[in-house]
Amino acid sequence: MTTTLSIPHAEPVAPRHAALDFSHLLQSEWTKIRSVRSTTWSLVLLLVLAFGFTTLIVGLTVAQWSTNSAADRLNIMTDPVGFILAAGFQFAQLTICVLGVLVIAGEYSTGMIKASLLAVPKRVPMLAAKCVVFAALVFVVGLLVAFPSFFIGAALLHDKAPVSLGDPGVLRAVIGAGLYLAVLGLFALAIGALVRHTGAGITGVIAFVLVLSPLAQLLPGSLGEHVHAYLPSEAGHLIAQAHQGKDDLLSPWQGFGVFCLWTVLLLLAATFLLERRDA
Amino acid sequence: MIEARELTKHYGDKVAVDHLSFVVEPGQVTGFLGPNGSGKSTTMRLILGLDRPNFGSATVFGKPYRQLVQPLRMVGALLEARAVHTGRSAYNHLLVLAQSQNLPRRRVDEVIDLVGLHPVARKRAGGFSLGMGQRLGIAAAMLGDPEVLVLDEPVNGLDPEGVLWIRNLMKQLAAEGRTVFVSSHLMNEMAVTAEHLIVIGRGKLIADCTTKEFIERSSEKSVLVRSPDAPALTEAMGREGGIVVPAEDGTLKVTHLEAPRIGELAAEHRLVLHELTPQRASLEEAFIELTRASLEYGDHGPVHGSDAQRVYEEAAR
Repeated sequence: MTTTLSIPHAEPVAPRHAALDFSHLLQSEWTKIRSVRSTTWSLVLLLVLAFGFTTLIVGLTVAQWSTNSAADRLNIMTDPVGFILAAGFQFAQLTICVLGVLVIAGEYSTGMIKASLLAVPKRVPMLAAKCVVFAALVFVVGLLVAFPSFFIGAALLHDKAPVSLGDPGVLRAVIGAGLYLAVLGLFALAIGALVRHTGAGITGVIAFVLVLSPLAQLLPGSLGEHVHAYLPSEAGHLIAQAHQGKDDLLSPWQGFGVFCLWTVLLLLAATFLLERRDA
Repeated sequence: MIEARELTKHYGDKVAVDHLSFVVEPGQVTGFLGPNGSGKSTTMRLILGLDRPNFGSATVFGKPYRQLVQPLRMVGALLEARAVHTGRSAYNHLLVLAQSQNLPRRRVDEVIDLVGLHPVARKRAGGFSLGMGQRLGIAAAMLGDPEVLVLDEPVNGLDPEGVLWIRNLMKQLAAEGRTVFVSSHLMNEMAVTAEHLIVIGRGKLIADCTTKEFIERSSEKSVLVRSPDAPALTEAMGREGGIVVPAEDGTLKVTHLEAPRIGELAAEHRLVLHELTPQRASLEEAFIELTRASLEYGDHGPVHGSDAQRVYEEAAR
C-alpha cells in the first residue's frame, strides 16, 4: 500500500488578541462541560432533590405545625425564606460538590488533563476559564432551582408563615442561594484541583460541608461557636437567609464573604500547585 | 525544530533523563529509540512542558513549550498514555481542542476524515479500541496543522494496516518539510521510517546519527569459526588484528577479519577448519547489544556517529 494521504491544511492563523484568546478558552471549557454525562446527571439530580426535599420538609413541618416546638416555629416565622431554601438545599447541594470535583479531577483520572495542558501550556488560563464557565453554569441552574423551590415552599407555608419575594431580604436570599451554589461549586473544584483524585476530592468536600460542621459544634463554648460559624458552608449559606438570625455570629453578606475567602484561598493554592506540579 | 540542552529529570532518587542534548531537524523523520523505561516518554513530556526539568531545557521553535501561544497550531503531540476524557465523544474531544486554539469546527471534521474515525466520531472515546484511540490521538495532533510533530510510540496497538498508514503519514509530513520526532522501542520499526536516529539508554544519549550510519555500524559483520585447533587459530587471527570471542559451545566469534582471510590463515598454519560462516547481527540484536552496553558500562558519555562503533565493541566483548 503506497497511497498518498491528502493532508488537509488548517486555515491561516487569525490575528491574535489576549481577550479573544480567553473567550476561545471559555468556549472550549463550555464544550467540555456540556459534553460529558456527569454534568447532566448532577444537575438533574440537583433539581429533583431540591424540589423533592423542599416539598417534603416544608410539607411535613406544616402538617405537624402544632407539634413543633415554639422555638422552631418562631425561627421559621422570623425567616421563612431561609427555612425554605435550607430545606431544599441542605442535601441537594451535595450534587454540586460532586460535580465541582469531577469537572477537574475527572481530567486527571482520564488523562484528559494532558491534552488540556498541551493546548493551554500556561495552565492558569485553563483553570480560570473552567472556573468562570462552571460557576456561571451553576449560578444559572442554581437560580432555576432556588426560585421554584421558594415558590413551592412559600405556597406550602402560606397559612403558617406567609412570605413573598417583596419582603425585605427575600429576593436577595433567593438569588443568594444561586450564588451560594456557584461558590460551593468553585470550592469543590478547587479541592478537586488540589487532590487531583475524584474519590478523595469528593470525600474531602463532603467532609468540609457535612462532617466538619457537627464536629465543630462539639468544641466547647464560644470557641466551638466561632469555628462553626466560620466553616465554609456554614458561613456561606447565610446568604440564603433574609436577615441575620439571633444566634448567627455573621450577617448574610459577611458569611458569604467568609465563604468566598475560603474558596479564593483554595483556588490560589490550586493555581500555585497547577503551575508547579508535573501533569 | 526541537532542541534539548542538558535535559535532566529526576523522579525521587531515580534519574529518568540524564543531561540529554540533541537537536531534531525539520524535513525528516527523526526516530527516538531506546528500550522501555529508558526515558523516551519522559523526554517527550519535558519537551511538551508537561513535566518540568530539574536541569537543562527543551525548546520548540527556540522557546520553551510553555511559552507558546495556541501551541497546537505549531506542535502536534501524541502521548503514550491516552489523553482523552473517556466519557466524551471523539468529535467533542477534538472540538474542545479546536475551540481552545480558535480553529474552525470544519477542521474537526477534516482530521476525523483524515484518520478514518468518521463512523465512530460521535461515540464515547472510552469505548475505543487501542487502535481507534491512537487514531484519535493522531487526529488531535494534526488538528492545528502543526509544523512540529511529537509522537510517542504511535504504532503501538495498531494492526498492520494501521502501522503502514502511520509510516506513510509520518514520511509524508516530513516530506512536506515538517519536523517529525517519533519514539519507539523497536529498532526494526525505526529502520523503515526514520532517516535520523537519536538513541538513548537509561536517560543518556547513546547515539545521534543517520539511520543508515547506525545500521552499518551496529550490524557489524562477524564470522563464526569452528575448529579443533581453536587456541592456535585464535592466536593467528589475533596477530592479524581479529577480535575473537569464544562461545560456550566451543565456536569462535570473530570480528575485524573477513571470512576469506580466516580461511587463508588456517591454510597457512595448516589448521583444520570445521566451519567458517560469515554472520550479520540482526538489527534488533544489534540495538539490544548497544543499549545493553549503555546499561552495563554506564559512563562512556554520548556517542556521535563513528563512536557508535566503540560502544558496540564494548558490548561485544
